[in-house]
Amino acid sequence: MANTEILEGLAAIVNEVAGTPVADITPDKAFIDDLDIDSLSMVEVVMACEDKFGVSIPDGEVKNLKTVGDAVSYIEKAQA
Amino acid sequence: MTKALRLPPTRAGSRIMSIGSYRPSRVVDNVEIAARIESSDEWIRDRSGIIERRWAAADETVVDMALIASGKAVAAAGLSPEQISMVLVATVTHPYQTPSAAAELAARLGTNGAGALDVAAACAGFCYALSIADSLIRTGSSEYVLVVGVEKLTDFLNLDDRGSAFIFADGAGAVVVGPADHPGIGPVVWGSDGDQKDAITMTQSWAEYRTEPGEQFPALTMQGQQVFRWAIGEISKVCVQALEAAGVTIDDLVAFVPHQANMRITDAMVKQLKLPEHVVVARDIATTGNTSAASVPLALDRLVENGELPGGGLALLVGFGAGLAFAAQVVELP
Repeated sequence: MANTEILEGLAAIVNEVAGTPVADITPDKAFIDDLDIDSLSMVEVVMACEDKFGVSIPDGEVKNLKTVGDAVSYIEKAQA
Repeated sequence: MTKALRLPPTRAGSRIMSIGSYRPSRVVDNVEIAARIESSDEWIRDRSGIIERRWAAADETVVDMALIASGKAVAAAGLSPEQISMVLVATVTHPYQTPSAAAELAARLGTNGAGALDVAAACAGFCYALSIADSLIRTGSSEYVLVVGVEKLTDFLNLDDRGSAFIFADGAGAVVVGPADHPGIGPVVWGSDGDQKDAITMTQSWAEYRTEPGEQFPALTMQGQQVFRWAIGEISKVCVQALEAAGVTIDDLVAFVPHQANMRITDAMVKQLKLPEHVVVARDIATTGNTSAASVPLALDRLVENGELPGGGLALLVGFGAGLAFAAQVVELP
């Protein structure tokens, strides 16, 4: 899946979980500091990503996904 | 040839006849908790939906609390204590390895030496015990069964632990289950995942504490994110299975009473289940906290007491927690 497609899909998920406007969800944004996602919402985002993109994101990996860009790269690699 | 054994006649079903509850008098707000865990009222509300909780008095025991809730339930069922032939107490905080809380409760309540058994399935305990009661009645082993969920979690709480100090609380809820001419308690869907036993556990075993006491008395500890993931990933599926097993759909429900683990878990499950708007959702955690095995009967009692539910309507109950054990069933409301 192309990078932009993953970003679009992820933005839709973050919007659904936290109500953040899709336009604000760009690769440089940090989930916790910029997007009003707390640790529990992040679990919801991760689970929705696993469903949508068919990848596995273990608990231990979640803390490394600080920004939207981190998550997009992780999903891209996991899909490869 | 070996002589055939005789069995008692079976019954078509069982039902919850009545509910009783006990909430300790001391109300503890978030400000009191927050001071010791470098947190705030706002943070606790955001992460758990808890505004305040009830803590038992130092000299108040699990059985003291269970006795008050049970007395109310037995009276509301129109029975006398001698008519109860089995007492099932779901708890993990009765501070005696043996004898059981159920045996002491059976005696203090004034049953005539009823059968007595504790059920240690943590936050799923009440739903486990309810299903055992249903089976006992349908197979003819018992006529009236008292099922209690009770916890004094504050005896096992580390008030300096950021992950659990604000969550857990004390209380008791009890129901009387009796025979019915049709199933008033649906088939249970239950299970466990012991591979995740460390997700909610004690900081030390009693044996470890005896040989090498830590600074803190063995206390509850929880991996909040791991439990959250399991709860919202797996428990909604268990709920769907319980509806299917009972032959009803989500539209047939009047109430959804999940274990009051965390308001965020309840919210996520409501979303995943696509619960119709007419279904009342138990949100007792806001003023009660997470009372483990007591949370489902306490939440149910609150809804019935508030008159929010039509009698005879169907409610989906689900308990889930340490073990990671779970149990769900559809029940007819008293």
